[in-house]
Amino acid sequence: MARIELANVQKFFGSVQVLKDVNLTIEDGEFVVMLGQSGCGKTTTLRAIAGLETVSSGTITIDGREVQDLKAGDRDIAFVFQSFSLYPHMTVEENIAFPLRAVSSSRAERESEVKEVARFLGIERLLSRRPSALSGGDMQRVAIGRALVRRPKALLMDEPIGALDAKLREQMRAEIKRLHIARNSTSVYVTHDQVEAMSLADRIVVMHNGVLQQVGAPDEVYLHPANLFVAQFVGSPVMNVADVAVEGAGTDALLRIGRAEGFRVPGGAVAHLNGAATKLGIRPEAVLLTREPGQGGIETETTNVEPLGSHDIVDVRIGGETLRARCESGFARGEGEKVWVSLDPERAHFFDAATGQSMRRAG
Amino acid sequence: MAEVKTTREVVMNRAAIAAVFVALIVMLTPIYWIASTAFKPRSLATTVPPTVFFEPTLTPFAKLFVRRSQMREPVDQETYDAAPWWEQLIYDDGESVVRNRRSGEITPSGYWDRYKNSLIVSIISTFLAVSMGTLTAYGFSRFKVKGENDWLFFILSTRMLPPVVVAIPMFLMYRTVGLHDTHLGLIILYTAFNLSFSVWIMKGFIDEIPREYEEAALVDGYTRLQAFWKIVLPEALTGIAATAVFCFIIAWNEYAFALMMTNRNAQTAPPYIPSQVGSGLPDWSVIAAGAFLFLLPVAIFTFLLRNHLLRGMSFGAIRK
Ligand SMILES: Nc1ncnc2c1ncn2[C@@H]1O[C@H](COP(=O)(O)OP(=O)(O)OP(=O)(O)O)[C@@H](O)[C@H]1O
Ligand SMILES: [Mg+2]
Repeated sequence: MARIELANVQKFFGSVQVLKDVNLTIEDGEFVVMLGQSGCGKTTTLRAIAGLETVSSGTITIDGREVQDLKAGDRDIAFVFQSFSLYPHMTVEENIAFPLRAVSSSRAERESEVKEVARFLGIERLLSRRPSALSGGDMQRVAIGRALVRRPKALLMDEPIGALDAKLREQMRAEIKRLHIARNSTSVYVTHDQVEAMSLADRIVVMHNGVLQQVGAPDEVYLHPANLFVAQFVGSPVMNVADVAVEGAGTDALLRIGRAEGFRVPGGAVAHLNGAATKLGIRPEAVLLTREPGQGGIETETTNVEPLGSHDIVDVRIGGETLRARCESGFARGEGEKVWVSLDPERAHFFDAATGQSMRRAG
Repeated sequence: MAEVKTTREVVMNRAAIAAVFVALIVMLTPIYWIASTAFKPRSLATTVPPTVFFEPTLTPFAKLFVRRSQMREPVDQETYDAAPWWEQLIYDDGESVVRNRRSGEITPSGYWDRYKNSLIVSIISTFLAVSMGTLTAYGFSRFKVKGENDWLFFILSTRMLPPVVVAIPMFLMYRTVGLHDTHLGLIILYTAFNLSFSVWIMKGFIDEIPREYEEAALVDGYTRLQAFWKIVLPEALTGIAATAVFCFIIAWNEYAFALMMTNRNAQTAPPYIPSQVGSGLPDWSVIAAGAFLFLLPVAIFTFLLRNHLLRGMSFGAIRK
């Protein structure tokens, strides 16, 4: 197992810069998930670590050894690919044994290693089959088996279960987690599914346009997004964001969206903003709706209701902006119902309107 | 699976089947003609209208392989009885086998030598064209080659001018360097001729093989050459088979260059078979027998590779 370190990594494809000064350390035994939109450079980062792509500048270190100029085969890393899973002309057993044959281990050794990995993944009964006779989930299990069998220093997975249906994904997610706990292998896992990221990661790396936006534990990324991009990328439904005017300080302050009546919040929550141009970010669960006028509630009407079973997402309009609120199911029946809106000041985020960076309270 | 077909589809379907039948008849008629003539006695080969029902004979094949001469008077019974069955067939037609005066050995007709030349030249040039083409295609498919499209066009352009155009300069060059009438000369010629075709077809097939197949092998510690050998080749087998069949057919049937570049030693069957028409009254059934045997290797080769071919015809339909 190994510690992987990327320092000032840049990657150009022609004149297009795909990775911009990536600095990232993956600790020994850690499960790091890279999360980002399509085309943001996740696969490129992974391929750079594996040695399938050269970096334009910067260093990659595995266990203290600089590897950026090493061939892929000399880095002792395993890769589960986004699109490829198995060689169609080999049986499952041959597929899993294939990496072992590169290091010319004996036949008996190979067989026992393959058996062990197969038992571990619960795919023993598939060993003699051809990949074309496997289900999607089994195919990915075998692909992961292929990667594990060599006991590599690190396991890189590029959306290994991205192509499966939702139910199977959930099941495979749990299996991958179990596998990581059992083997404790240093893993880098790429996905654009935030639920997958949240549930698997020790740390999440949010990436956008080749730049690392934030690196942190799942709850940290969720509770304290470093900037507007992270705030809106992580969490479903998306965090509400609106331009906000902060009026007054002291004990009570007003947060005014558009021309609407302001939300009354404790002055301490906004004192650090110094009246700069600010965007307010608030997650749907921090938008509180009531049927009766409470303290500080603003009266408005519902504009849309999305029933989701366990809860409903209710849209309301405040000062020309739509705020989405998470309510218990059955709270509102349809549009046009009268409700009172207030915000949980503890869970309000503020971002610099120009840079998008989070403006957190000191301390 | 219960598929619902509209009347229109049914009609189109029937029409397609009928069209295939017509095409089949058009294409098979010459082959039937050659095959039936090859088994006809000489007297029936050129009747008008053609004879359809006859007692098949092997006489044309017996005649095909040996040098013969016309007999003035019939052979005496003793010699006839002592002769093997095929020689008796030749005697029956009023001809005798030409034998070496001293050793009494049979003089072969030259057909078998030409046939062997055809096999040697076609098999070796097909092997070279396909293997070199596959490697070249792999390079073009997987690596950034400067001016890739220009190179590929250049390779293809070698096929654009008709062979006869280059035949005379080639002939002069070959005579100068001593490749005239050699196996090597024809092999080089056919390999060069087939290479462009092979590069283009194989590039299509290799492009279809996901790069990740090899990259996975590279990550696992294989070298690129090993990855090519263990992953790319098996995956490209269908394409290789299809390309090989086409190259083989082209080399096997090539006539113009073979006629010009060879005369004895390395002559292949295509220029030899028609050359028999010229000597005396043409014996069409012998010529048909020669043509018939000449058809067999291509038929057998294609039959053996038919599964690959069917898959390969839908160019690059690789299971994923
Ligand atoms: N070989 C290449 N040549 C040129 N551009 C490339 C190459 N590989 C990737 N890119 C570009 O680099 C950018 C990042 O690609 P990358 O594959 O890393 O994205 P990704 O985050 O993995 O996306 P996805 O979620 O769609 O897999 C994309 O804009 C892509 O078009
Ligand atoms: Mg990707």
